[in-house]
Amino acid sequence: MLKFDNVTKRYPETGDVLRNISFHLRHAEMAFLAGHSGAGKSTLLKLIATMERCSRGQILLDGQDLSHAKEKQLPFIRRKMGIIYQDYKLLQDRTVFDNVALPLVIAGYGHHEITRRVRAALDKVSLSGKEKKYPFALSGGEQQRVGIARAVVNKPPIIIADEPTGNLDPELSAEIMFLFGQFQQVGVTVLIASHDISLITQLNHRVLKLDHGQLISS
Amino acid sequence: MKQGNKNYIRKNAPVKPVRHDVRQTKTAGGNFIDKLHAYRDLHAHALFSSLGRLVASPFTSIMTIAVLAIAISLASGFYILVVNLQQLTGSLETSNQISLFLRDDVSDSHANKLADSIRQNPDVQSVKLITREQGLAEFQTYSGFGAAINALENNPLPIVIQVLPKNSLEDKQGLESLLKNFQQSPEVDLAQVDLQWIERLQSILEVARLFAILLNLMLGLAVLFVIGNTVRLELHTRRDEVAIAKLVGATNSFILRPFLYSGFWIGFISGVSAWFIVNVLMLILRQPVEKLSGLYDGSFHLLFLSFTDTLALIFVSSVLGVISSWFVVIYQLRQLKPE
Repeated sequence: MLKFDNVTKRYPETGDVLRNISFHLRHAEMAFLAGHSGAGKSTLLKLIATMERCSRGQILLDGQDLSHAKEKQLPFIRRKMGIIYQDYKLLQDRTVFDNVALPLVIAGYGHHEITRRVRAALDKVSLSGKEKKYPFALSGGEQQRVGIARAVVNKPPIIIADEPTGNLDPELSAEIMFLFGQFQQVGVTVLIASHDISLITQLNHRVLKLDHGQLISS
Repeated sequence: MKQGNKNYIRKNAPVKPVRHDVRQTKTAGGNFIDKLHAYRDLHAHALFSSLGRLVASPFTSIMTIAVLAIAISLASGFYILVVNLQQLTGSLETSNQISLFLRDDVSDSHANKLADSIRQNPDVQSVKLITREQGLAEFQTYSGFGAAINALENNPLPIVIQVLPKNSLEDKQGLESLLKNFQQSPEVDLAQVDLQWIERLQSILEVARLFAILLNLMLGLAVLFVIGNTVRLELHTRRDEVAIAKLVGATNSFILRPFLYSGFWIGFISGVSAWFIVNVLMLILRQPVEKLSGLYDGSFHLLFLSFTDTLALIFVSSVLGVISSWFVVIYQLRQLKPE
């Protein structure tokens, strides 16, 4: 599903942030991306999200080469993944429904299909009945679940989460992780970046460990 | 949820087989008609939400639209001025009337004799004598200087003989020799072909027309920049929204669409406002102009913006709005990278 082949990312100012990264996440596999801050986790996720381009090597998502994709293809590549952020990145002036509906609106779904799918996604994250609320009226855990609903509403084959539990207490974190487990079980590939070692060790999943831009265990 | 939690945290949770969740991730759902409807809905939404955003910040919107409306009304006002002046010279074009201003010491009876002798000239079609009194009366009626003229001890106006040459005398040479002839008679102080000042007026109008075109171009540019700047500010306040939309796979045209509609609305509303401004100004001017036209035997009527002019005015300002927001957003999107 996701394949890194000798990927290097170099910034002119700071030098190599990632060096010769190679790994392969299979279909419906769930993995953690661990490492101290500054190890290159965020950069690696940015490469997957096509917000950055790698300097060397090749990244394949579902057989498609991300490193050489044309600018015009990027929006369509991004529609194949659901991305979840530590700071949720919700539109504060839109309702929960509108926030979750955004990827479907962008992808050009019809009105009925959007309503049906948004309801289903909100149901999945136990937020049924909160469609009309605004994000600021929700707790942190609820906001993150809105972010997750938005990431999965388009039924992407891969979910990428950047410190999804960074702002949440352990109980809420466990709930969020449970959700990711459920997605994996229905065939979604899940990659979670986290520096929460206790959470990672608690769950028996594959761990990709980054240290100073190099993959020290996978 | 809690129950699920425990389940999940149990290590090596067995992977349940996929049953209900049939994944169709490759294409957007629905058939062609659904997609068409969705596309139409997107446009309708962008059309009304962009209008809604204008209404949501009325002060800023009114300021911007006022500036634009004034600029556009200046441009179209100058245009309609030139159109009106052209109509004026159009009606006068055929006249090659000669005016003879007689010397002060010429008496009315002498002037009558002179007029009679001119009437005998085979090149002359008709002659009209305007005495000092007639001239004064006419001047008092139309000029609005009645009181000032009453204050004068003597009538300052000369006797005027208006000579209309025969139509056959259209060539310039014949007209000029006739003019020379009149100029040489001792009673005549000044002989003047009216056509001459019409020609001058026409060349002045030609300059004015060119000036109007240049002015319209400049004001069009100003409109482009003002709308561009407004849309840039809107883009700036909505940059989070733009960034998030990009992250969940929005194409540039998806992001562009609401801003194009914003530009359209600003241009459209400014165009309509400008139309109102021009018409109100014209209504204010109409009466004095009609009065003035009495001097020219009522041959002149103030022309308002025609239906086609109105359509063109509103169309051009709307298109300017769309073009400037297109440029601004495309340029800004190149600068903006999703974080």
